[in-house]
Amino acid sequence: MIANFGLAALWLAGALAALQLLAGAFALRGDEPTLARLVRPAAVVQGVLAALSFGALLLLFARTDLSVRLVVENSSSMKPMIFKIAGAWGNHEGSMLLWVTIMSLAGALIALLERRLPEPTMLATLAAQAFVGLGFYAFLLFSSNPFERVANPPPDGYGLNPLLQDIGLAFHPPTLYLGYVGLSVAFSFAVGALVTREVTPDFARAMRPWVLGAWIFLTLGITAGSYWAYYELGWGGWWFWDPVENASLMPWLAATALLHSASVLAARDALRAWTIMLGVIAFSMSMIGTFLVRSGILTSVHAFAVDPERGTFILALLAVYIGGALTLFALRAGTVTEGERFAVTSREAALVVNNVALTSILAIVLVGTLYPLVTEAFGVKVSVGPPYFNPVTAIFFFPMLAVLAIGPLLRWRRDSLGRVRGEVLLVALVAVAALAGARFAGSTRLLPLLGLALAVAVAVAAFLPLRGRSLRRLPLHVWGMVLAHFGIAVSLFGVSVDSAFTKERLIAAQVGETMHVGPWAVTLASVEPVAGPNWTAMEGTLSVSFDGGSPSEMTPQSRNFWEPVQHTSESALLTRWNGQLYAVIGEEAENGGWQLRLWWKPFVTFIWFGGLLIGLGGLLALLGRLSLDLKRRHVRARGAERRAEQAQ
Amino acid sequence: MNGKLAPKHQRLVLIAIALAALIAAGLLAAWALRNQASYFYVPSDLVADHPSPNQAVRLGGMVQIGSVKHSPDGVTIHFIVGDGKASVPVRYSGIVPDLFEEGSGVVAEGHLAADGTFDADTLLAKHDANYVPRELGDMSAAQKRAAIEGTTK
Repeated sequence: MIANFGLAALWLAGALAALQLLAGAFALRGDEPTLARLVRPAAVVQGVLAALSFGALLLLFARTDLSVRLVVENSSSMKPMIFKIAGAWGNHEGSMLLWVTIMSLAGALIALLERRLPEPTMLATLAAQAFVGLGFYAFLLFSSNPFERVANPPPDGYGLNPLLQDIGLAFHPPTLYLGYVGLSVAFSFAVGALVTREVTPDFARAMRPWVLGAWIFLTLGITAGSYWAYYELGWGGWWFWDPVENASLMPWLAATALLHSASVLAARDALRAWTIMLGVIAFSMSMIGTFLVRSGILTSVHAFAVDPERGTFILALLAVYIGGALTLFALRAGTVTEGERFAVTSREAALVVNNVALTSILAIVLVGTLYPLVTEAFGVKVSVGPPYFNPVTAIFFFPMLAVLAIGPLLRWRRDSLGRVRGEVLLVALVAVAALAGARFAGSTRLLPLLGLALAVAVAVAAFLPLRGRSLRRLPLHVWGMVLAHFGIAVSLFGVSVDSAFTKERLIAAQVGETMHVGPWAVTLASVEPVAGPNWTAMEGTLSVSFDGGSPSEMTPQSRNFWEPVQHTSESALLTRWNGQLYAVIGEEAENGGWQLRLWWKPFVTFIWFGGLLIGLGGLLALLGRLSLDLKRRHVRARGAERRAEQAQ
Repeated sequence: MNGKLAPKHQRLVLIAIALAALIAAGLLAAWALRNQASYFYVPSDLVADHPSPNQAVRLGGMVQIGSVKHSPDGVTIHFIVGDGKASVPVRYSGIVPDLFEEGSGVVAEGHLAADGTFDADTLLAKHDANYVPRELGDMSAAQKRAAIEGTTK
């Protein structure tokens, strides 16, 4: 019953998307101007229907309705409730339904709230949004139906991969999807602006909150995903340049570039075609990300060839959207008139460096991610990892950071470095001092050294735009910029220190034995069996003390789940302000000891604190922009009222 | 640094800069990939090719039954990976992955030491029904059986 309802709502939502697209297109051509009135309501109702459909799926999972194939395959009645619900989107079909739901809700929001743009541009935007949505509805309805039934319901479901039974997982994919979808909205705005050739500061202002929102969610999603991999996988690493991780990083890079170029367009009416192009690239990257993650192509090109339906579908969508948008861009970009010009030394030029560097990094990550897939198609298997990504991206990342330190100090339009001579000198001195300090502390490798120097320099430089300004009257979005730039520095500091100064120890320890890792003394106090709701484990109790201080306790586990049968390592973490001690317990060794792997990771937590700061900066910028928009709208409305009164 | 760009051509200059940076990034990526990509070998290829010790490679195959030996230090293991035609001894220090066992597939990342032993930095074993290391995913059940039979003779 609920399943039927959900499926019906999904079909109706798809039909409304078709209506929205057709009505918008015909109204734009001027054939049927009355159709224009249908577009906004269609978008709103479509959003409600998609939300109802997703709600139905949540309910099916909450009740463990075993007549639905998706529930059977991904849930079981014995799971805790929170994981039953998270199971609804922890799988292919459910996650695609979540995607389309968020997307149509975003469309509904634009239809309800956005009044700044000329009506034709709005129609084109909503039609583009419906066009993108339609592809996903078709994908769900024809090849990934989440509400498919099973003929003979089994007594219980097959459960959910225990690695995925984690609170982090419950919120990680939705966060990334919000980001992906935000970029789809930006894409629709870009297409709308291209169709009507209205690439104006108003367009940038209408698009910016969506890009900012997408960017915040992507930032938080990547940060959370990185921390999840760090504590859950038990390898002590926090970023593996895994294709799935890259799939979320690439849209982030594009969104970061788009965010900055949209600011130039909004403030100065420059970089018009450029901003449109970045909008297309950003959405392309989220589509490529979805394709990589959802098509099964990562397991193997051949596995993809064996069951090609889904992958081919997404690939076709990708080709239609991106190919279509690029064609439109090629046809129209020439007719978008050039925006305002600027000098070589100006804030705009610094932001161009940001854009070019980010796009280059994006290209490098994309090439490295796709290369193994391409070679495998030719029968050669390779994998590409940190030895490629780290140094090659750094070649663009580090110079970009140097510009980041100075760029926000420059004036729009035209400036001279001489005017900010003092600040430049200060930042350079700080960088050299940090470099010397890191070298003295014993770091010898080039990348962490440079990273440390730039991190400290950018941390100082991030606050320089505040100099000489009244802090109380500073607009919120400037605080946002300062915080986000500071967050980049904090993150980079964590990354560099972790990579330069981590201490690792691998040992088979007897119970009662004490070992040392960095400043820590670690004693294996005991190893006992323990049990949880659906697992049993061997739990080691470690008594650890930092630099002779009072001891604390850590309890890493080696867990066995029985439904489905699987073994996992539950790492134990002890956090201090200046780093984390990371402990993993393995098997019993033949000499009666227990395998222990210990890491002392100084300042590793800064990586994720930095990520949070970046997200918080984005949030402040978003709030600042939205409140300014509201004020402007209010002023405009009052002006209109007054004019109306005078006319009477 | 203070001059204005030639006003008529600013757009062209921007496009040229962007293209130049992207081409540089592409060339750099291509060059780095040639040197830094780590190639996947099965034991018979590894024995035939003998990649140099400073080349990072991935070795995939079946862990031969009866070949896993534990060192006295309690954290190092030695085992033999075979593909039915050739076999390579592997050395690994660390906590072995959850589903590492004799007679099942493994992918080892590391390099071939001068003495012909493969020094593994990481081991990837079949994780669960849904996750299989990329290179093992292609082996059909029949191939796996053949590999296991080959390695247990």
